[in-house]
Amino acid sequence: MSLTRPLTRNVRPDRSPTDMAAYEANGGYQGLKAAVGKLSPADCLQIIKDSNLRGRGGAGFPTGMKWSFVPMDNADGGHKYLICNADEMEPGTFKDRMLLECDPHQLIEGMIVAAYTIQADVAYIFIRAEYHKATQLLKEAIAACKEKGYLGNNILGTDYNLDMHVHSSAGRYICGEETALISSLEGKRANPRAKPPFPQVSGLWGRPTIVNNVETLCNVHHIIERGPDWFQSLGLTSDAGTKLYGVSGRVKNPGCWELPIGTPVREILQDYAGGMEDGYTLKGFIPGGGSTDFLVEEHLDLAMDYDTIGKAGSRMGTGTMIILDDKTCPIGFVKNLVAFFAQESCGFCTPCRDGLPWSVQVLEDIQSGRGQPEDMDTLAKQVKFIGAIGNTHCALAPGAMEPLQSAMKYFPEAFQQHLDGNCPHCDGGTH
Amino acid sequence: MSELIQALSAQELAEIDAEIAHVPYRSAVAIDALKIVQEHRGWVSDESLQAIARHLEMSAEELEGVATFYNLIFRQPVGEQVILLCNSISCWIKGCDNLQKKITEQLGVELGETTPDNRYTLLPVTCLGACDKAPVLMVGKELHEDITEDNLQQILGDDS
Repeated sequence: MSLTRPLTRNVRPDRSPTDMAAYEANGGYQGLKAAVGKLSPADCLQIIKDSNLRGRGGAGFPTGMKWSFVPMDNADGGHKYLICNADEMEPGTFKDRMLLECDPHQLIEGMIVAAYTIQADVAYIFIRAEYHKATQLLKEAIAACKEKGYLGNNILGTDYNLDMHVHSSAGRYICGEETALISSLEGKRANPRAKPPFPQVSGLWGRPTIVNNVETLCNVHHIIERGPDWFQSLGLTSDAGTKLYGVSGRVKNPGCWELPIGTPVREILQDYAGGMEDGYTLKGFIPGGGSTDFLVEEHLDLAMDYDTIGKAGSRMGTGTMIILDDKTCPIGFVKNLVAFFAQESCGFCTPCRDGLPWSVQVLEDIQSGRGQPEDMDTLAKQVKFIGAIGNTHCALAPGAMEPLQSAMKYFPEAFQQHLDGNCPHCDGGTH
Repeated sequence: MSELIQALSAQELAEIDAEIAHVPYRSAVAIDALKIVQEHRGWVSDESLQAIARHLEMSAEELEGVATFYNLIFRQPVGEQVILLCNSISCWIKGCDNLQKKITEQLGVELGETTPDNRYTLLPVTCLGACDKAPVLMVGKELHEDITEDNLQQILGDDS
């Protein structure tokens, strides 16, 4: 039987973790055995390229292409690093937690195969501080792998060596940005770095480094074991594989499900999230975490994939939707998001450090009834300058402007009601 | 130097040295070291910070810059347990502002404050990655989901 839900096959209804014995009994570590010693790193890279796997952290960059920039001659014999980005902090995103807590060995197997492909000799899992349970499970899983000879020296009797460490973060959203993550792993403030040089060439401690999201890495060994054609066949559109989709907000059954990539938004909302809670109707939704643009009713029949959602003016991002209902104030919604980004700015670039708190202030004024009509012009200017790619080292500030600019586009009446002092939802600044 | 190093326990030093073993230079484990000391002591005092800096062969000022950057390194004393109340979007939709008021009523502390009996410190936290169970909060290392007025009473009265 063909495997159609590879990522969640070991996720149990009670979400109890799968240990080494259960993982192997269900076909685990077969991808590792198919790769290390059987295929060359170049073969593995070609398979991942052919599979059209794209980064599941939000940007959707082709994984094989990302890896292909890592120098493979390694003439100086120094370290190369693979880092798993498990710093899941995007507002409204709760997919990696499930993979980490329910099936830690799946991530580790994917990481070993990915590390083998780029010939990294050290791997790190950078995990957010609050994921205590997952951190413990990963440490146990790494120890179990060392015992089995899946990690350490001479993996599966070959000359390939790999060490793996878990780094528990100290809490800061910007660590999820790959160059900031590298700064943080080096023991520094998590300031993003200007690119180039790209991490593939000069990353952790100046060495070649690949940073991939949890969900991306969890796919790798499945693709090696079953082939790129199998992976391509899982997707409903031009994108390949499955995707973890989530829905939160006022729906009947909030949750996270692994579905073919390209599943229509309406199907996710109706068939899996159970539709809106009684008494609420849908006003809009953010498709993939707090830094993506709002979409509305007219977009419900779109396929949830990178290109389709991109063409509609938003981004699939992390694939975890947040629902705006008719009884929640859009201004309050956006203010909550922009305030998050203002707080989590690392403070290095001026448009982000000083611009985002200004946006929060203007939204606060509008929300609390002190707004003036010209505030809308101020917000439009902020969207233009703070939202422009290239004014800041990283994408935090432009990401923060996405929900704001799209709220101004789709819900102008909500802003106007506040300026007129009669928002139906707000009562003294709260909803 | 020895006096300051002694501000760290043998256990703390051993744990920090285990991290140093797999990095190219000592200050690379700055965050791990701060977390190790905080795990043992609840927070990072000036004295601890200076001792860690010495041990990592970096300046205390540089380590302070790292410590104050991160949300979950506490440079002031906290209560026996820290309550991390998620205030990001999905929890906000499901009423975390109201939840905060209820906690304040029940414990008599605002955000950033510690109860007089030193049992709890209440802090806001960014999205905890459990949005399908909103609103959520953490008490110590434990995540609590689908918080209502009723179970809030239970959670915060739990180990009394």
